[in-house]
Amino acid sequence: MTTFLQFLIDVLSLGGAYALMALGLVIVYGILRLVNFAYGELIMVAGYSMYLMSGSGLPWLAMAAVAVLMAVAAGIATDYVAFRPVRAKSVTAVLITSFAFSALLQNAALLFISPRPRNVPLPEIFSETVQFAGVITPVRNLITIAAALVLLALFSWLMRRTVIGIAMRAAATNFTMARMLGVPANLIISTAFAISGLLAGVVAMLWIGRIGAVVPGIGLEPLLIAFIATVIGGMRSLQGAVLGGFLLAFIDTTLNFTLPQDLLKFRDAFTFSLVILILLWRPEGLVKGPASGQRT
Amino acid sequence: MLEVGGLQVDYGAIRAVRDVSFEVADGELVTLLGANGAGKSSTLMCIAGALRASAGSIRLADHDVTSARPEAMVRLGMATVPETRDVFPDLTVAENLQLGAYSRRRDVAGVAEDQARMFEMFGVLAERADQAAGTLSGGEQQMLVIARALMSRPRVLLLDEPSLGLAPTIVDRIFEMIAALKASGLTILLVEQNASKALSVADRAYVMRLGRIEAEGSAAEIAAATDLKALYLAG
Repeated sequence: MTTFLQFLIDVLSLGGAYALMALGLVIVYGILRLVNFAYGELIMVAGYSMYLMSGSGLPWLAMAAVAVLMAVAAGIATDYVAFRPVRAKSVTAVLITSFAFSALLQNAALLFISPRPRNVPLPEIFSETVQFAGVITPVRNLITIAAALVLLALFSWLMRRTVIGIAMRAAATNFTMARMLGVPANLIISTAFAISGLLAGVVAMLWIGRIGAVVPGIGLEPLLIAFIATVIGGMRSLQGAVLGGFLLAFIDTTLNFTLPQDLLKFRDAFTFSLVILILLWRPEGLVKGPASGQRT
Repeated sequence: MLEVGGLQVDYGAIRAVRDVSFEVADGELVTLLGANGAGKSSTLMCIAGALRASAGSIRLADHDVTSARPEAMVRLGMATVPETRDVFPDLTVAENLQLGAYSRRRDVAGVAEDQARMFEMFGVLAERADQAAGTLSGGEQQMLVIARALMSRPRVLLLDEPSLGLAPTIVDRIFEMIAALKASGLTILLVEQNASKALSVADRAYVMRLGRIEAEGSAAEIAAATDLKALYLAG
């Protein structure tokens, strides 16, 4: 029972973070049919924003809010710099510009800050643990679960109950038709990038909270996780991204609990083998997206 | 109201529309007839802003809209129903209608009023308001896309093949509705392959063939011109 509870908390906290990462990637992919390879750098931007504010004496929550806003701004900047100028021209061009923007941001961090890890301020509560029902767990895990629940609920409300959310869902199915109803393309795309930045910013706070430091390549792992989660969940479905995130966390955590010590360092190989099996069984991912949909 | 002059549309090396000129006066119902591939839909999608014109001009109520974006056309009072009958399948009927009113979303009371009016006009949509639009039948989807287009309170409505693939009784209902919309003062440009139906509601008609306009006249004249029938009944 205790082990089960421990397992459940691990799956939910890891899965919550993974689901947010995946959602941030898929919100842009759903509308543009393009993977934003600079997504990981949004997390990096939030991390370095924390580092740069570390001596400012602001309360942690204020710093975190500013860092999340910086990630939102970086998300919108991705749209203006990497996507908008070449969006109408070719898919290849956008792939390359998004890689280029990613490399540019990483190299800016290398050049102007440091290739070495930089400590970011963490609130006391992130390093505390709690004990209940025989389980000892970091408070950080519970915060992650709560943050994921709040954000997923907020996101779901936004997509179902607001006009802009409904317009974004429509644009993900048929962008041209949505535009012919008066939905402005640029507004929808920028909003998607802003939401992507918001999710990346919050993920950054939780993710960096595990490590306590930021490096220029910090975004790579979240990008990879988000990518795998969306691929197994279904690239075109928001629910699929969330499901994929939790499933990936479930696989990782199960392997952590069951693999013998000397095999544990090969955990990722086991994870990816399972991912391949899932894709052989369901090549389009677990959740199918909207029926139609052309790239615009 | 709508004036098209010397319009040319190209898909890469293929010229779909060549030197097409026509006009639709305020309150008029004009139909573009022609066989499959004559360039009717390309002309219409170009007017709607979804395709770029390679040459020519489009004017809507004295605005030059030749290279306007689709979303700008809606703000200028144009609504488009494309032939592909694009409901958003995973959105509910009510959400589809709500999006139709995107350009006037701040007018919450007016939008709610119009939605009630649409539900009155199309009873079947009211019954299925909370159902995903993808679960509707073809005829119901056609009614939904027309109702959705009307939600923007357009002055000009572009209709592309509203009868395509529908059962005859449904086609009759759709054309009754088009006649009623015309009677309410709406300016309509109707693209159709079903020439006899289209001519029965239209004021004037243009016949297209291989991207050009081959003939024009009042609906009665075009219907009477037997030599034209081979052109537009071919499809």
